[in-house]
Amino acid sequence: MKKIEAIIKPFKLDDVKEALTGAGIVGMTVSEVRGFGRQKGHTEMYRGGEYTVDFLPKMKLEVVVSDDRADTVVALITAAAKTGSIGDGKVFVSPLEGAVRIRTGEHGESAL
Amino acid sequence: MTGFASLGSTLRRKVIVALVVGVLLAAGSWVFAQDKPAAPPAAATAAAPSPPPSKPDPAGTATGGIADVTAKTAGKPTLEEVADFAGHNRVSINLMWTLLTGFLVMFMQAGFALVETGFTRAKNVAHTMMMNFMIYAIGMTGYWICGFALQMGGLGALSTMGGTGLLDSEFTLSLFGKDFGLFGMKGFFLAGSTYDVAVFALFLFQMVFMDTAATIPTGAMAERWKFSSFVVFGFFLSMLTYPIFANWVWGGGWLSQLGKNFGLGHGHVDFAGSSVVHMVGGVTALAGAMVLWPRIGKYNKDGSANPIPGHNIPMGVLGCFILAFGWFGFNPGSTLAGGDLRISVIAVNTMLASASGAIFSMFYMWGKYGKPDPSMMVNGMLAGLVAITAPCGFVSSFWAFVIGAVSGVLVCWAAVFIETVMRIDDPVGAIAVHGVNGAWGVLSLGLFSDGTYGDGFNGVEGTVRGLFYGGPSQFVAQVIGTVTCFGFIFGASWVFFKVYDAVFGMRVSREVELEGLDVPEMGVHGYPEIQGPATLVHAMGASGVRAPTVPAMAPERGR
Repeated sequence: MKKIEAIIKPFKLDDVKEALTGAGIVGMTVSEVRGFGRQKGHTEMYRGGEYTVDFLPKMKLEVVVSDDRADTVVALITAAAKTGSIGDGKVFVSPLEGAVRIRTGEHGESAL
Repeated sequence: MTGFASLGSTLRRKVIVALVVGVLLAAGSWVFAQDKPAAPPAAATAAAPSPPPSKPDPAGTATGGIADVTAKTAGKPTLEEVADFAGHNRVSINLMWTLLTGFLVMFMQAGFALVETGFTRAKNVAHTMMMNFMIYAIGMTGYWICGFALQMGGLGALSTMGGTGLLDSEFTLSLFGKDFGLFGMKGFFLAGSTYDVAVFALFLFQMVFMDTAATIPTGAMAERWKFSSFVVFGFFLSMLTYPIFANWVWGGGWLSQLGKNFGLGHGHVDFAGSSVVHMVGGVTALAGAMVLWPRIGKYNKDGSANPIPGHNIPMGVLGCFILAFGWFGFNPGSTLAGGDLRISVIAVNTMLASASGAIFSMFYMWGKYGKPDPSMMVNGMLAGLVAITAPCGFVSSFWAFVIGAVSGVLVCWAAVFIETVMRIDDPVGAIAVHGVNGAWGVLSLGLFSDGTYGDGFNGVEGTVRGLFYGGPSQFVAQVIGTVTCFGFIFGASWVFFKVYDAVFGMRVSREVELEGLDVPEMGVHGYPEIQGPATLVHAMGASGVRAPTVPAMAPERGR
């Protein structure tokens, strides 16, 4: 199993969700997060004074899939979340040791 | 299974709606049926000479007539009875107008609460809101105890409300052979001979004005002011500083007599309170914000300012709209007479100045800083309203628009100046909006009053004319009033705040300020679901939270 974490632009969430559900992914978790990468933050004005927003709002989307589907899912996310401009985000893939469906107690990939 | 259940519940809902509609229709037709037989009993009232036919009057043209004039012989009033009735009606209209517009002004408290809370941070909402809420109750109590008496106790006869001269006791000082009225001495607790309908109407109207001034400093001093200190301040302003300055301008005091005594126009004229209400509030806010020092994190060590954005723009904008609505009570109500038809000019001038204030602040911020700043557009509209408050009764619509336009730019410039040059932290811009534009308002009256209104104002014959309409001495009176307002209110408030700070401490501790004032000061979060239950958030510092204020501010004071 692989855990795929994608940090994406908030307004791209719907596109990514539709791409994944269209490909048969049945579950995912999202959270509102803040962060910065190489684009750093940006500056804004409030009442005539300049202030820096260091941590920009992003969405973090987590999906766990079987090993053989990981590449497809990463490709789908990358395609759907891309605008081509700075700050599009990142996708991280990591191996996952186990999974349990709490209701039934199923283990491993059958719990996904 | 679920599909069937939801279908079932939809059907059930439809049946219930149909039943409710049916019952309502049946009840309605029964009520109409009951209405019809009500006509015949008219014949029973045989006493009246010509019983009016009891038929409905949907157009409203026949309702009210000679039969409604109170007379010994119904339907045949004598001339004296008609005149008596007309006089009573005139005063009724004026009293009703004064009360209704007073109710509108009362609702401005809600506007202030929303603007001030929206433009400050979420961790302090309960504290900021409750200052705005409690000032209504505290101010009213203080004003009832002695504020009203000091302000209006020497007013003399109030011509628009029946001419009762019950408020007839002014403390005066004789200088250069002239009388200088300093404060009134009648109407404490509204007791004794001031137990009178006209006096009570005046009390209500003046009370809500005082409360407007009293709630202004809570914005400039928000996010760091001890609630206990604020409570004492509420009594101080409502019982002393506001009433005394208001007496000088509106209660027959010496500023209003500058015309009669020294030939300076009509004396210091402030139609609805640019100086009496707004400048008093704004200057008190200035003194308070100076004594309190800036919020932690507002200034860097090099003295440069950090913006601290407010947490809820919609709240601030809604508050501004409520204030703009309440202003239709503030300005037109200040005629104290619904029969004074100048109210239409006043109302239009008021709205025009609010529009130009908002528009010009929008363009100023857009042009200078790249984007039309929402909080500054709100401040711009309020600045226009504050500025037109004094001259609203005396200027043409053109000058009303110009006065608002100037204030729209002035408020943006002043807010930045106060923040970056004077290094005074005013989270909501109260000093720029109310202090600076309050001064601009009374001065603009001395410039643009066009001589179409105000005959006999402050006991001076002729209409009110500003500098550009042949009345230079009126401008002098306005300058004297403005300088006096600043000197007296700043001096008295600064001394009060300084002494209170030295004896009891006005500022919350550093820990409380960083955590947010809501739980340490008020015991509850404004937004518990967002900030977490009080038990969780507060557990860490619970023991040290109520420690006495220590001057932990040194590094942030930055000046």
